Amino acid sequence: MTLNRRAFIGTSAAAAVTLAAPGVFAAGHGKPRVVVIGGGAGGATAARYIAKDSKGAVDVTLIEPTRMYYTCFFSNLYLGGFKEMDDLGHSYGTLAAGGVNVIHDWATGVDRAAKTVALAGGGSLPYDKLILSPGIDFVEGAVEGWDVSAQNAMPHAYKGGSQTELLKAQLMAMPEGGTFAMVAPPNPFRCPPGPYERVSMVAHFLKANNPTAKIIIADPKAKFSKQSLFQEGWANYYEGMVDWIGEDFGGGNVSVDPGAMTVTIDGEVTQVDVCNVIPAMKAGRIAELAGVTEGNWAPVNAADMSTKADPDVYVLGDASQQGDMPKSGFSANSQAKVCANAVRGALTGSKVFPAKFSNTCWSLIDTNDGVKVGATYEATDEKIAKVDGFISATGEAADLRRATYEESEGWYAGITADMFG
Amino acid sequence: MRWPLQSALSLAAICAAGMAWSNELGDPEKGADVFRKCTSCHEIGEGAKNRVGPHLNGIFGRPAGAVADVKYSKSMIRAGDDGLIWTEKTLDAYIENPKALISKTRMSFRGIKDIEERSHLLAYLRAYSDNPSDIPEAEPTATGTDHDLDPAILAIQGDPEYGEYLASECTTCHQSSGANDGIPGISGWPTQDFVVAMYAYKRKLRPHPVMQMMAGRLSDEEVAAIAAYFRDLE
Repeated sequence: MTLNRRAFIGTSAAAAVTLAAPGVFAAGHGKPRVVVIGGGAGGATAARYIAKDSKGAVDVTLIEPTRMYYTCFFSNLYLGGFKEMDDLGHSYGTLAAGGVNVIHDWATGVDRAAKTVALAGGGSLPYDKLILSPGIDFVEGAVEGWDVSAQNAMPHAYKGGSQTELLKAQLMAMPEGGTFAMVAPPNPFRCPPGPYERVSMVAHFLKANNPTAKIIIADPKAKFSKQSLFQEGWANYYEGMVDWIGEDFGGGNVSVDPGAMTVTIDGEVTQVDVCNVIPAMKAGRIAELAGVTEGNWAPVNAADMSTKADPDVYVLGDASQQGDMPKSGFSANSQAKVCANAVRGALTGSKVFPAKFSNTCWSLIDTNDGVKVGATYEATDEKIAKVDGFISATGEAADLRRATYEESEGWYAGITADMFG
Repeated sequence: MRWPLQSALSLAAICAAGMAWSNELGDPEKGADVFRKCTSCHEIGEGAKNRVGPHLNGIFGRPAGAVADVKYSKSMIRAGDDGLIWTEKTLDAYIENPKALISKTRMSFRGIKDIEERSHLLAYLRAYSDNPSDIPEAEPTATGTDHDLDPAILAIQGDPEYGEYLASECTTCHQSSGANDGIPGISGWPTQDFVVAMYAYKRKLRPHPVMQMMAGRLSDEEVAAIAAYFRDLE
């Protein structure tokens, strides 16, 4: 087995460990091997917990192409000017220091019969258990006139990092009184309140910098997450700026022309200055290449997040089709800990405890006006099923909204510490 | 609430000096309200005991990290060894931003930015320091231990291994380092305080919807297991 040297540039501690490791396995050393693909809220958490809790008894390798992880959660706050891009970046160095072999490369295929993962840089990695946490890709042809080659003219900004920066730059360059358009995605998609928090943050920026600008949203859905809370906020803070066109008014009948910068909604052509196209989503491509998807997503068993297709392959987070949990970083992190407990148990005989899941999504509507929605979940034979939930109420006191926002900052610090150590 | 004689005296002294509320010490009655932010961890008054944090009787003039049987951070102990004494000035700085003064303090509190609020609080605390031998005959003010929990629940010995697994659900928000960036740290809490707080959420006495939901589905054994895990977390 060979591994390309390029794969190891970056976290040197990880490199040293990993360079030695393949030879050890080839010699038939009995240490069980877990490979995790994708270093986001699901993958980083799973890798970290298995490495930490097995205390070296399990060899954990994380394959992640980027050197720095820029969270998609809180990226709207960067658009609104509440966070800097540096606030959202996290290095994989802490995971390497915590005993995870971090390989910066693309996984290009999975051979489930041979139990190996192929890498773009050459070579392949054997596994006993494989955890896929690849996030999302976009469904081709979902928005007429748009494909990924148009993502510079009309960014999706639905993966953290450069796309988010591009959208912010376009927002800042909008002419006075210009139009910001968003094409919202159909269900199910990553971060259900995300597009609407983004509208709030864009409106916040425009109100201060370009107050005669307009925002139009073409939405294929008849309703959306935290709708009454967002619409209350838009009316209170951004009166007359936001025009949401839902399914009932033809919001789903949309096409775009990235060259001409036009959006056509239900036959009506509008010239726009910025167009944020968030297309329909599907599981990150490696899940499809591994042959564990049905349709757009990978069906999993609720008890341990193993796929219906293969008991040794697990899928976490956005890419999974698990039941009632929303696709969110919080959900992926929650699922990762259940999965890590089960995988470690299967490989080392440690105690496996019953699955428990939870999620909370905070959204910022304007300065110090945060709202949240959350729920707890349990594993049933059919799916991850909702147990209990809550949502912020309209008309809440300003103090409570401010406390909710401060809490969301605490959560951000908490979950990123939980992911990366 | 009845007001101790010495606070009335100190008020008189302040007024006489013409400082009113704006400077240095404020209004102890208003300070009593501010102190509610502290009562989940600190008791003050007659019979006050150490809880998550030390009792605050006689805090003025006391060296940092000096109360016996309190689990202090290393930073706090070191600050005491280095000669930090709690005075109006040092307490004011600490309450304004705990981590600015004691970088790794276990006091998981964001601080009080409002100078007037701090001055009221200091006036309230001062009342229990001016003459510590004469602590007023009021009940301890902490609410953290107000409970009528079945002693059998408090007596359950939690399974730390199960607690570690369950706690992984808490650490999405509550950093295991104990740091507070908007959500309080819960590491190193005495077991009883932890269990009492969780039942206050289960019974919806404490108002937070996420915590009511999270605590609501935990069994008695599970609460005990999580409490046991966090107690031992440094």
